[in-house]
Amino acid sequence: MDFKLTEEQQMLQDTAARLVRDAYPFEQREKFSESELGFSAEFWSQLGELGLTAVPFSEDVGGFGGGGVETMLVMTELGRGLTLEPYLQSVIFAGGLLNQLGSDAQKDDLLPQVAAGSLQLAVAFDEPQSHYNLHDVQTKAEAVDGGYRLSGRKAVVIGGHSAGKIIVSARTSGDSRDETGISLFLVDPNAPGVSRRVYPTIDGRKGCELFLDNVQVGADSLLGDVGNALSAMRYQQGRAIAAQCADALGSMDEACKLTLDYLKTRKQFGVPIGKFQVLQHRMVDMQTELEQATSMAILAATFADGEDNDERSRIIAAAKYICARAARKVAEEAIQLHGGIGMTWEYNLAHHAKRLVMIAHQFGDDDHHLKAYAKLMQVA
Amino acid sequence: MNVNYTAEELAFRDEVRAFLKSELPADIAAKVKLGKHMSKEDHQRWQQILVKRGWYAPGWPVELGGTTWGPVEKHIFDEECSAFGAPRTVPFGVNMVAPVIIKFGTQQQIDHYLPRILSGEDWWCQGYSEPGAGSDLASLKTRAVRDGDHYVVNGQKTWTTLGQHANMIFCLVRTDPEAQQQRGISFLLIDMKSPGISVRPIITLDGDHEVNEVFFDNVRVPVGNLVGEENQGWTCAKYLLTHERTGLAGIGSSKAVLAHLKRIAMKEVCDGKPMLEDPLFRAQVAEVEMQLMAIEMSTLRILAAAKEGGVPGAESSILKVKGTEIRQAITHLLRKVIGPYALPFLEEEMQLDYDGELLHADYSASLAGDYFNMRKLSIFGGSNEIQKNIVSKMILEL
Repeated sequence: MDFKLTEEQQMLQDTAARLVRDAYPFEQREKFSESELGFSAEFWSQLGELGLTAVPFSEDVGGFGGGGVETMLVMTELGRGLTLEPYLQSVIFAGGLLNQLGSDAQKDDLLPQVAAGSLQLAVAFDEPQSHYNLHDVQTKAEAVDGGYRLSGRKAVVIGGHSAGKIIVSARTSGDSRDETGISLFLVDPNAPGVSRRVYPTIDGRKGCELFLDNVQVGADSLLGDVGNALSAMRYQQGRAIAAQCADALGSMDEACKLTLDYLKTRKQFGVPIGKFQVLQHRMVDMQTELEQATSMAILAATFADGEDNDERSRIIAAAKYICARAARKVAEEAIQLHGGIGMTWEYNLAHHAKRLVMIAHQFGDDDHHLKAYAKLMQVA
Repeated sequence: MNVNYTAEELAFRDEVRAFLKSELPADIAAKVKLGKHMSKEDHQRWQQILVKRGWYAPGWPVELGGTTWGPVEKHIFDEECSAFGAPRTVPFGVNMVAPVIIKFGTQQQIDHYLPRILSGEDWWCQGYSEPGAGSDLASLKTRAVRDGDHYVVNGQKTWTTLGQHANMIFCLVRTDPEAQQQRGISFLLIDMKSPGISVRPIITLDGDHEVNEVFFDNVRVPVGNLVGEENQGWTCAKYLLTHERTGLAGIGSSKAVLAHLKRIAMKEVCDGKPMLEDPLFRAQVAEVEMQLMAIEMSTLRILAAAKEGGVPGAESSILKVKGTEIRQAITHLLRKVIGPYALPFLEEEMQLDYDGELLHADYSASLAGDYFNMRKLSIFGGSNEIQKNIVSKMILEL
């Protein structure tokens, strides 16, 4: 057992932390969030220039060869600054799908661009009825001459408003909840028949609904084998969940620090409110949640790029469950311990709280992962 | 022991239902049920309907426009109003300042202010909290200095709910800075249009403008606007806080929102089945329903005990804590039931008059925002921590 970071990992963490600290003061974040792009183009290119978008990719496509721990270190810092850039969606999730399933031609063409940050991708797996179930796919892909014709609707595609390409799950055969018959396609959002309704999200980012109306894609748009995408979708979502846990960790750590600072400075009844035992214990509870979440984020990170088996699936489900619960608890307690000021738009704590609660609404909430874990739990 | 309503109480309930069925405007009820924001005009339209029926100010003496209802009738009325989707009464005038004026005010103040509350001519807001005085309300610093026939008020109030609509504010101000904290405070009625008052909106995390900061810069207030005696304002404040807490359990409203949750959970699907048929989710809904059943019975027990006279004492703190926890639990489930659709922040769909295409459903746009907004329940009206202090001191004598 060794929980220490290597020198290289420490440098990576410092680089990410410094960049976020310098480029993402809270007032700037507000401006980025309100811009049409919804994030900072400059920060995104800095992530590329500093090699952070290259972290999880192999060296032959211009990557850094990093694994789950490296990704965790970057994501934690991005979460600490409540950054809005689609790093998780493009670099980790879509990049991972492309890396796992792509043909040589697709990988040669696209991976270097994703690793450099010059191409931004998004992932469109959710549908209005799917409620986090990746196999619940109604979007249809019909084989036609020279390729496929896609029709359907994908829900809440984070980063889909600005993506150069979107990875869409669609059904090439079977019924709506069959585990087989699901295929992935690289869709150009500007292709005829594609329309998007773009919206801000409650945690300050942007996303869209993706409407596909008889969209023609070439055979070279198919990602991986026909009808066989589900296991890769689940595996890569597992990597995305590990990264998401780290994202939550950075944000939770900030929320705890802000709250602790408030307890020490806010005076009522003639003393700092941190002198009241009931508040001390609640702060301890928050810190305990943070510790538990940290442990599970580390565990998930070390399994994220590992062999696809039940043990990994259990750990990913457990990590998401623990982190989502901790995130909500920290968010609610941080607001309560602050009182009214914790609910104001002007104060960054409120935005951490929103981000933390919304962690559950992507890639499955605590209920979803509790059920997943229970199904896979060893009984003896 | 009989836990059922009496025949008279049931007859009263029927009367209330018949009234709501025929008089509650459908457009207002629709907005309430979908969690849309009420305009000032919506509130006032409904208020006038209630006034006409004589039911706007149930807690007032009959001769002033009130009713003879006891606590059980009031509870029945609240519950039915919530079930039908009537807007919650904005309490600052009718349920907060009015009882204080009735109890501590002069005849002149009663004659002047109460009719104006009924008519809607005055919209009141509350000037209690200050940036440095939240849970420790008695440490408030807003100063009122006597100058001839006026007080000159300087200072700042905050978290002033719907202050942007108000033309009157009731304030706790410090009139004797030398006296021990609670003793130097007075209860003052201030015209919001007085020179020197400015209002600044506070935008909350859900993007809503509900609360405000109110600044007082040499505001001259006639001494006739003092309620009760100078430096006796804390007595008024305590009296009012007890009144405020009684309604804060929000049983009727929680029941209506729980029914809304069940309706939505039958429409939203997971794995091809309604969410309400998912055993794990269903169990969570069941759990909150049982909690609500218990708090309703606790409320009725406490109300029955108080029936003989006056308002409930420190027991109302128990109702406030538990009642707000339950409401927050329901809003948590409401956010959860729509899955990823909690993420889109659709300000346009939350507008009253939105008639464009819905992203998901007519109920979905407001749910995440509501969840965040409802965090206020455990903070305002005396935070839940303060309520527990009251229980521990007044009931348990710890």
